[in-house]
Order: sequence, then structure tokens, then C-alpha cells
Amino acid sequence: MRIGYYPGCSLLGSSREFDESTRAVLKALDVELVEVADWNCCGASSAHILNHELSIALPARILALAEQAGLTEILAPCAACSNRLLSAQQELEKHPEMLAGIEKAIEMPYKGTVKIVNILEVLDRLKDLIAAKTVEPFAKKVASYYGCLLVRPPRVVNFDRPEDPQSMDRMLRAVGATPVEWPFKTECCGAAFSVTRTDIVAKLSGKLVQDAVKRGADAIVVACPMCHSNLDLRRAEINEYLQQEYAIPAMFITQVVGLALGLDPKALGLHRHMVPVEFAETAGVQS
Amino acid sequence: MSRIGVFTCHCGENIGATVDCVKVAEMCKDIPGVVHSVEYKYMCSDPGQRQMQEAIKEHQLDGVVVAACSPRMHEPTFRRAAGDAGINPYMCEMANLREHCSWVHEKGDATTQKAADLIRVLVEKVKHNEPLHPIKVPVTRTAMVIGGGVGGIQVALDIANGGHKVVLVEKSPSIGGHMSQLSETFPTLDCSQCILTPRMVEAAQHPNITLMTYSEVEKVDGFIGNFKVTVRKKARKLDEKLCTGCGLCIQKCPNKKISDEFNEGLGTRTAIYVPFPQAVPNKPVIDLQNCTYYKTGKCKVCEKMCPTNAIRFDQEDELVTLDIGAIVLATGFKLMKTDAFPEYGYGKHKDIIDGMQFERLASASGPTSGVMKRPSDGKEPETVVFIACSGSRDRAKGVPYCSKICCMYTAKHAMLYKHKVHSGKAYVFYMDIRAAGKDYDEFVRRAIEEDEVKYIRGRVSKIYEEDGKLIVMGADTLMGGEPVVIKADMVVLATAVQSNDRSEELAQTLHVSYDSYGFFAEAHPKLRPVETNTAGIFLAGACQAPRDIPETVAQASGAAAKVVGLFSNDELTREPIVAVVNRQAAPVYSTCVGCFLCQGACPYQAIEQEEIKARSGEVIMTLARINPGLCQGCGTCVATCRTKAIDLQGFSNEQIYAELMTL
Amino acid sequence: MDEKFEPKITAFVCNWCTYAGADLTGTSRIKYQSNVRVLRVPCTGRIDYMMVLKALHKGADGVIVSGCHPNDCHYTSGNYHARRRWMVFKKMMEVMGVDMRRITFSWVSAAEGARWAQLVNEVTDQVRALGPYAEFRQIIGAGIE
Repeated sequence: MRIGYYPGCSLLGSSREFDESTRAVLKALDVELVEVADWNCCGASSAHILNHELSIALPARILALAEQAGLTEILAPCAACSNRLLSAQQELEKHPEMLAGIEKAIEMPYKGTVKIVNILEVLDRLKDLIAAKTVEPFAKKVASYYGCLLVRPPRVVNFDRPEDPQSMDRMLRAVGATPVEWPFKTECCGAAFSVTRTDIVAKLSGKLVQDAVKRGADAIVVACPMCHSNLDLRRAEINEYLQQEYAIPAMFITQVVGLALGLDPKALGLHRHMVPVEFAETAGVQS
Repeated sequence: MSRIGVFTCHCGENIGATVDCVKVAEMCKDIPGVVHSVEYKYMCSDPGQRQMQEAIKEHQLDGVVVAACSPRMHEPTFRRAAGDAGINPYMCEMANLREHCSWVHEKGDATTQKAADLIRVLVEKVKHNEPLHPIKVPVTRTAMVIGGGVGGIQVALDIANGGHKVVLVEKSPSIGGHMSQLSETFPTLDCSQCILTPRMVEAAQHPNITLMTYSEVEKVDGFIGNFKVTVRKKARKLDEKLCTGCGLCIQKCPNKKISDEFNEGLGTRTAIYVPFPQAVPNKPVIDLQNCTYYKTGKCKVCEKMCPTNAIRFDQEDELVTLDIGAIVLATGFKLMKTDAFPEYGYGKHKDIIDGMQFERLASASGPTSGVMKRPSDGKEPETVVFIACSGSRDRAKGVPYCSKICCMYTAKHAMLYKHKVHSGKAYVFYMDIRAAGKDYDEFVRRAIEEDEVKYIRGRVSKIYEEDGKLIVMGADTLMGGEPVVIKADMVVLATAVQSNDRSEELAQTLHVSYDSYGFFAEAHPKLRPVETNTAGIFLAGACQAPRDIPETVAQASGAAAKVVGLFSNDELTREPIVAVVNRQAAPVYSTCVGCFLCQGACPYQAIEQEEIKARSGEVIMTLARINPGLCQGCGTCVATCRTKAIDLQGFSNEQIYAELMTL
Repeated sequence: MDEKFEPKITAFVCNWCTYAGADLTGTSRIKYQSNVRVLRVPCTGRIDYMMVLKALHKGADGVIVSGCHPNDCHYTSGNYHARRRWMVFKKMMEVMGVDMRRITFSWVSAAEGARWAQLVNEVTDQVRALGPYAEFRQIIGAGIE
């Protein structure tokens, strides 16, 4: 399988381990990732608040570049990126009259032929192969955390059910993990307040961490860099707010799958976490 | 050459003030074919009518145009008068000088000219009118009521008491419907069973009522007064005549763990069962899906135990065809299930129940004998949250309409709970309280003020389980959207009222229209609420829209009155405004070419295929034929017909083109 | 344009909605221009669009076709048939060069007395501005009667 790849900014910065683990896992599964050359910012949380046309032009340029590279599909692991790409594509489908202006702005033709997929969709396609190649079943209880942008708004992403989604749970089961029954799968983590209002993040993400532990989870598994930042990078603030030392690691789904496939934890970027992924040794994974 | 009389009415000042009626009458004399034209102050008055009748006789008129008010007002009056004077009533037409001319235009020549034009048009029409005769069809004085809930029972009793035969068809093994499942009823809190069961018994014992339980309507042919209905009597696997209803088979049936429909899945029943102890008829049926004998080929315990040898494992479904004069639909509703709500856990929490399940929990005849116990662990719930509008008025995920009964039954549920668990806390989340009805708002006030039910105006966004409690996360919109979190033991969803399963299918079988939610459509939302657009088929209760018991019963009596009214005639008389496919002598037979485009256009399924056969029996051609009993005279087929083989009596092509030619 | 020109408008209306609506206009004493001549049919489904052409041929300068709103048809679905035929008819007339500003298709319910007056006034004003529809009569004259 050959698939286009749009890492976006997070995967080059704060969530390098998501990029590393995605590349490592997909390589192990013989998927060729073709990074879109000269890609730009997707606009993320700021563009669509400030300027509607800009918020479409930015993703449209990425999609147009992918078209030019002859790609039919593009994987955007970051939930915000895939959400923005999908929004722009649908907006242009719904309002063809905007197309001329957008094409002028991005200085290239846009056809809208590239399909945007998230990491769970790609892994789901490779489910059988993953099951076959699993050498170290991830025999842990896990809380699968989807966050907001992966499944919402349903009309845009059209993926899984918006309340109580199941796709990550299925993947985790496939690699030997046991997802706990968890009502907070799509509750807010505090998102971009990570930078400006860490107190709010501590409160919201704290609720998630606390409840996941209470329900017996060994790890919280995510598929969004923002979620991961809040649950991992902001753990100090969370623990301070909750007056407790929560050590439950937050892991990317690709890291979990990578461990199950027997990949080197370093290649999966596990050492980059603020909250150490400590059970890795006890589970017998080589380091 | 026609001899037409024109009678122009002043309607006092109503026409006379803006139209120069004298001049109009003069102008009309010049219209070819008009032999008599006069004006009069009030044509509809007795002397006015008499004047017209005398003129018909004196001038040997063969057609009349009355230029007065709207034909929707007085056409029957003048047609009757014309008929009494000896000409065919349908040779009389009205020109609308009042509503369409004098009342809407200023006084002047243009208005007078328009009045004359309107008359001229109708004179041309009358010249092409044909004498018509009302259509008579016979009436079978037996009604069929489909659905044996409280609505169906009421219709059946009212018609039967009116002296006519009724067949009451019910798809489940017993009549009684949803009302038999209810604990108490609002706004009086009287026991539902106590008021319903006497009616059920009365219906069963009434000499004019034939009960057909465990039966479904398969096919309906014919038209008003003359339906042929085929009913499938599903096999009970039991000889009803021999069965005494002793219940021994039920006691001995080894298969006891089947989810009980009557108790909404909160209890269990056996494979041979009666739905509830007061069932009418009190005869068991065997549930083929769950019977050990039908699954494994072994058992037959019931057969061995039956003291009267009434069990019949070889019994088959039976098809019965009945002659029926009128049909009343009273098929009721169903509730949306709790698994339709993702934010409330897709039905995975056992202690989130719907309104009907709560009724069973509260009912003395229910699985807990009326003691409040929550389904998961049988614990008495200390805090119960009721959520109104679960799925109703929810365009995104539910239905857009108001389910109407929920505000009231939620208040009732909260009260019943408080009456049973005095120390308990009851919360109601609501959008609006719609308690319009006699003593209804007072009832809700009682729940709030006397029984201290906490009403919170706001929606619940999420319910999840934590430490054996249901965490209900809502908002209080009267407190500025303040988040509210309640730790509840049980949650009752007032789920949306929906049309019953397969109601669309039934509607198509009966050719009645239905809305996009599967509710049957009434003929007119205000003035004909119990009739359907198909003559002879009527509606009662929640099959038409969400309805409570008083409304259902009222509508049922209304529908019964319509049926009794229909049955008071030996023959039915209908306006002869119907479409006709022309017929000619052999070898042409008709200009109809048998394309049957008209069949698809007809809203009433009035168009049949008729085979023209030679003496040898060989089919020469297949032509359209319009059943005058079914045709309502819309004329859609006429405009559809490619070969102009169809024409509409009273509004024929010839008449309309003649009108056009004068303009 | 000739100042004295008064257009002839022919209206085909269904008995149950628009005719009743026009009655209500009268009962409500709402005034409108007197150019319109109403032809009553049971249902818009009854209307063969040849009738509309015939009206134009016989001297009408504008035509109104009006019935019950969708879903409100007394005969359940006659108005849908009328609408479907209208779509085809309109396209065909456009191809043939008939000025579709002359023919107005509308829904007026039995409760919309004011709407009827408004409709008639709008159509009358528009057709008056367009002038007599002589072209149509010429086309017909050039063809086969």
C-alpha cells in the first residue's frame, strides 16, 4: 500500500513520537508513506475563526499538492489536521462558486480527488495483518480516548459514532489490550487552553486521568497530538490540581500497536514522554 | 339549439352596488342560446327560486346560469330548485359575481363587463353540460376495526351499540393494547386496568362484535360500503373452542425464561402463554420462536397436561375473507427504544428505562408487583431522574414533532414514584411543560407543589455509570445554563411516540395516505379529523398522531358516529363528478390504448384493467375502466391520458374548452 | 406602449384551495384588479396544459395556474402531477420561444385570501408591462390551426 502523508506541525514538534511511531508501524506493515512536498499549515484552530477563505485555502493547498503528486489518499494522523482537510474539501464541494477564488489564492488547480483518512482508518484496514504480526500482545487494560475532533462534527468527519465511538477499542482488542468501559471517551481535554489556561486543562484533563485510573486502566490511549499534550505534558499541573501523583501513561495508538508488533520502544518515541511509560519493561518488551 | 336562462342576483347591495345588474341582464340577452335573462334582488330567497322555477317551465329552458354568489355557497340550493322544476340538476351552473367580482373590484364599467364575461363563460359551459345522475352504491352494514386497544374497543362498542355488526381485529393474542399495560392514568390517577377490563369484557361478550385476536389484515379490495378484507388468523396452535383457559399448560411449560413483551422485557414468560392475566380472550398461544418442541422436535408437555386436549401442534394459519362496509384504523403507536440515545449509553445501562417500562414497574400486576425496584439489582431507587422530550422535538437525532403525552405521564410517573418511595428524590428535566387539557396543568402543579418533584428546565447531555450510580449531566437553563449533575439510581426516558411497526405497509394495503413518520393522514386536519382520504376508511387514536386516552376515546366515538351514519343508508349516493373512459362500438371499442398511465396517476386506485373478449373468450384488448365507487373526480387521469380517452363528468374537455373559447 | 391596454388574464384554479381562497378574498373585501377571469376545475391535476395554450390563443395575455400547496391537495396528489407536468411544459415552452413571464404557476390555499389578491395584482401588472401577447397569436396563425 502506498499512501500520502501529511504530518502537520505537531508531529514535527511537540508530538514527534506520533510521527515516529506512525512511520515505524506503517513501515513494519509494508505501507509506503509519501510525504506531501512543500506542505503548509492546515490552519488548525486559528484560521477558521479569523478568515473563512483562508481556512479553506490552507488545507486546499495541501490537497492540491497531493493531487499534483498523483496521490489518491492522504493520511493526516493529527485529528485537527484531518478535521480541517475534511472541512475544506466538503466546503468546496458544497460551494463550487468559491473554487476560482481559492485556486487563485493557492496558485494551483484544485480538483478535490484526494481522500483524507485518519490513523484509525488506516490501522483498521491493516487489522488482519497487525493481528498476524503481533508478537507481544499489549495485555493491559486501556482507556481509549478519542477526544473531540476525531469523531466530531459527525457531518464533517463521518467517522465512527460521535458518542461512545468504538474504532480504537476494536484496534486495541486486536493487539491484545482490554478497553475499559469508559464514559469519557469524547469529553473535552481542554485542547488549546494547554498554552493559555493551564488551570482549565488541569481541571478537564484531570477528570479524565482520575476516572481512567478509577476504572482500572493501565494506560490512556489517544490518537490526537493535542490530547496527548494535555494528558502527558500537563500531567504536573493535573497532579498538582488533583493533589495526587497519577503515573498512568498516555500513549498514542501507534505506539501501542508498535509495541505489539515488537518494535523498538525508542523507534516509537516512548522515551520522549513526560510521564514515563513504565510498564513497558514489566510487560517484557525489549528496550 | 340550447334554451338557456340567466338569472342575475343583486344580493341586495352586495352585487348591485358595484355591478350594474340591470345592464348585465340586458347584455346576457345577446349571448347566443340565451332565451331568458332577468335580474332580481335576492335569487336565493323563496320568491327568487320560485321565479327561476316558473321561468324554466314557461320558457322551456334546458339549462340555467345563476349569477350570484360562490357556487361553494349556493350551488346545491339552485341545483335542487332546478331539479324540482323538472330539469336535470346538473344543468344548472353558477357564475360567481359576488366573491370574485363585486366584492373585490371598484364600481365601474370594467366590473360590470367582468360580471357579464363570467356569465358568458358559464353559459357556454351549460350548453355543453350533460344530464348527470347521482351514483348509487350498496352498503354492507358490517364494520371492521383494526387494532384492539382502547380506541379500537371504543369504536367497536359504539358501532355495535348502534345496532351494526363489527369485526375487531387485533394482531396480538389479547385486546387491551397499551392501556392494559399502564399502571395509573392521568390526571385522576385511577387504575388503568380497572377502567379498561370491563370494556374489554363488554366487547368480547357483545352480540354484535366478533373478536379476531392474533390476526392481521392481509389484503383489502373494493370501495366504500363494499370492501373485501382478507384477514390472516395466525395459528394459536390451540383449539379455542375446547380450551377453558385453566392455565395448566402455562404452569407446566418448561421454557420459562422468555423476555415478556407485556412487561416490556422486565419480566419473563413461558413459551405457551397469555400476555397478561386479564387477557381477552383468556386463551393461550404458543410462541413458535421459543417453543422447545418447535426448536428441537421434543417436549409437548402442554399437550400432555391439557385436560381438554385442546393443543393443536398441526394447526396452520387461516385466511378469512370478509365483506365489510367501513373500516376504522385504530392501530396505535410504539415508543422509541432507549437504545436510540447515544448520549444515554445506547441502552446499555439497565437502569435507564422508557416510560412504558416504568408503567410496568409501577403496576400492581407488574414484575415487581408495584414495588419500586430498579432493574439492575432490584434495589429501591433513592433518586430517579425523568427526562422529558427524549427523542421528541429533536430534529438532529429524533423526531421533530411533540409526542404530546410525555409531559403528562412524566408528571404522573414522578408522582407515582414519590407516592411509593416517600423519601425518594424525583427530578424532571424538561424543555417546556405542555399540559393543555382538562385538569392537566393542575395535575402537573400537584406534582411540583404537593409531591415536591424537582422540575429542571434543561436538557441532559450525558449519562454515565459510576460506582453503581448513574451520573446525569444536565443544565438548568433558568439558572443561566448552570451545569447540573445528579447522581441517580434510575433514569426514566420519556421517549418519543412513533407510528407503529409496519404502519406504512398497512396504509398501502388500505390505500390510505400517511405522513413521513408513518402516521395515517386525516382527510382534513381540522374539519375531517377522523376520516381518511379514502372513502369509507376512518381513523381513531394514536395511529393518526400522538394521542392520550381521552382524545383517543373521543376520536373513536367520532369515527364510530361516522360509520353509523354511513350505515344508516341502504345505498350511498355520490356526486356524479367522476371520470369515465369512453366506450365505442366494435371494432374500435374505445380510444383508450391501454397504456395505463392513468392508473399510476390516480390517487384512489379507482382505475381497473378491463379485458375486452371476443365470443371465443380470446382477449382482444385491455382497456382502462374507472370504478365510479372509488373515483373522487379529481380529473388527474383526464389530463394524463394521451389519447383523451378519459373525460371528467361535470368538467369535461368539451365544457372547459367551450369556456375558454368565449374569453 | 398603448396607455389604454388592459391585459386579459385567465386563471385556472382548483376548487378546493385557490377557488376557495379567492372566495375568501371576496369575503374579506380585499380589492384587486378586475382583469382576471377565473375558470374552476376540481384539481390542478385536471389541467391539461393544452388549455393554457388555448387560452393564450383565444386572446389571453397572461395565464395563472394555481392550486393547493404541496401536501394539501384535496385529492392527495393531484397537485404533484400538475407540478410535474408543469416542469416539463415549462421547459418545452421555453424551447419553443413562449414567453414564460406570461404564465404563472402558484399555490394559493383556501386561507390565503390576501395572497390571491396579491398574485392577481402582480401578474396583471407584469403582463400589462409586457403588453399584448400578439406574438403568440402570430405564431399560431403561421402554423396549422
